[in-house]
Amino acid sequence: MSIALTSGGPARRPYRLRRIFTEAGSIGIGVVLLIWSLLPVYNMFLIALDPEEGEIEFDGNLWPPEPSLGGFRAVVTQQARYLEDFWHQFGNSFYIGLLTMALTVLIGSLASFAVSRLRLGKGSLLTNAALLTYAIPASFLIVPYFRIMHSYGLGDNPWAVIAAQTTFATPFAILILQLYGSLIPFELDDAARVDGASPVQLYLRIYLPLMTPALAIVAIYALLLAWNDYLYQAVLLSVRNMTVSVTQGQLFEDVDAPYNAMMAAAIIYVLPPIALLFALRRYIAASLTMGDVKG
Amino acid sequence: MSSMQQVLAGGPHVLVFGSGRPPGRGRLRGSDFKWAIAFVAPYAAVFLAFVVYPFGYALWMAAKPSLYADLIADPTYLPTVVNTLFFVGLGVNVKMFLALLLSGFFLRRRWWIRALLAVYILPWAIAAAQACVSFHWMLTARWGLVDGVLWALFGINGPEWFADRWLALGSDIAAYTWKWMPFWTVIFLAGRMTIPRDIYDAAEVDGATGIRRFVHVTFPLLANLYLVCTLLSTLWTLGDFTTVYLVSGGASTDVLATLGFRYAFDLARPALGVAAVMSALPVLIPVVIVLMRRLRTSEVQL
Repeated sequence: MSIALTSGGPARRPYRLRRIFTEAGSIGIGVVLLIWSLLPVYNMFLIALDPEEGEIEFDGNLWPPEPSLGGFRAVVTQQARYLEDFWHQFGNSFYIGLLTMALTVLIGSLASFAVSRLRLGKGSLLTNAALLTYAIPASFLIVPYFRIMHSYGLGDNPWAVIAAQTTFATPFAILILQLYGSLIPFELDDAARVDGASPVQLYLRIYLPLMTPALAIVAIYALLLAWNDYLYQAVLLSVRNMTVSVTQGQLFEDVDAPYNAMMAAAIIYVLPPIALLFALRRYIAASLTMGDVKG
Repeated sequence: MSSMQQVLAGGPHVLVFGSGRPPGRGRLRGSDFKWAIAFVAPYAAVFLAFVVYPFGYALWMAAKPSLYADLIADPTYLPTVVNTLFFVGLGVNVKMFLALLLSGFFLRRRWWIRALLAVYILPWAIAAAQACVSFHWMLTARWGLVDGVLWALFGINGPEWFADRWLALGSDIAAYTWKWMPFWTVIFLAGRMTIPRDIYDAAEVDGATGIRRFVHVTFPLLANLYLVCTLLSTLWTLGDFTTVYLVSGGASTDVLATLGFRYAFDLARPALGVAAVMSALPVLIPVVIVLMRRLRTSEVQL
């Protein structure tokens, strides 16, 4: 660019023209991306804001003719069909998500602390093997899981889902924690050892506090994994322990489902992860630029 | 999340980690060794109980050869394999290539592009099942938003998206791309940010701009990252159940993951269901081997 600027004269005009073209092109791409990203979200609101009566949400309208918050009200007061236990199901989703998050952080940080900080001899074998978890897609193992959870006495138990989600989240957690952990100088550990710190104290006083950004990333990852899951919650839980994620699937067995309330429920369900990502955006941005900082 | 990119891309960075370890350290002392074992034990237990055991169980369930004869005899099995190839082949490659191009777009330093990025990654934060249901209704023939827009803007009657097998499969691919393209774009964006500016400046002096810069400078530098991400995405797309089950739903668009589910839970033939998904192993295993090799060359320490 600087060359074109300094050379001046005849070279200047094509450069200006190209700049206009680039600018117009990127605005065009921007508009397409905006529509592409927001159309399904808009559709959620289009259906959710519809009044209860009839099925005008499916009359090809581009805008709800008589927007109403009836759908949302029906969800919040648990009046809509299928959503009589909405808040209980929402609580179940939270329970599963938060416990998956806590267990992933705990198990993952303990394992990567032992392998990378205490330098357990053959420990790297375990962390390498952990990555093999991703060799088989999770959905391929649903039938054995169903059987195994029953044999463990976890049939229709939220802990079955928590165990499954923790299993799938932890290898990634170990990977990230090991990468990030190797940025912390070993001299800190050695100094603490001289003062007589035990491995548990090293873990609690040095490792965990210094690893906070990586732990935040791991926690978000685990929570989103559990929040996004549909198959495991649908198969491993019965009606009583059902989560919000699963209620969406019931619509396909009913031609007269309360569509607006269901979409309102979907919008409510989708909000917590967005709020979380927004709240922790600094950590996410930090992890993005990790390469620059340490390089 | 995107620190994964560090693992995937970062040959030189990770090698630097290795040298951070002081040389010539002794072995673990007695009590430390016990603590280390205790710290590793929870994950080892999880791995044995929930990875090794289910996988062994799946292999045992799917071991009978007669199951595969049943699969071939089932007229829905071969169309399902074709659907899976289309879903994975198009779903992965279109998504990854667009993500690579768009990561360049989002690299530009403009306030509105930064704002757009926040909107663009929104699908990634939206739960998959809810997004898929929205896609389903958006495309529900005649009454959905998409056909409504087609009618309002161009006066054409939109197709019945889920009546035709290929249109329905295309809808699934579009929904899957919508949900996951932002994630990969961010990974590639992080990858591009690690490319030093002076490389571009040098390329510009040599006259490489625009497409030539992409082909000769950016892409070779990101090639390893791109390959590893594509392979990972292949694994994940192959295992995707939610999109096909909730967007098109119909049997004509079944992929292996949904067919296995139907065998196991609708037809009460669990062993056949496991055999159906396990028939993807001949494709899975080479992908995993290449992936492991690539990862090993790029990160020695781990």
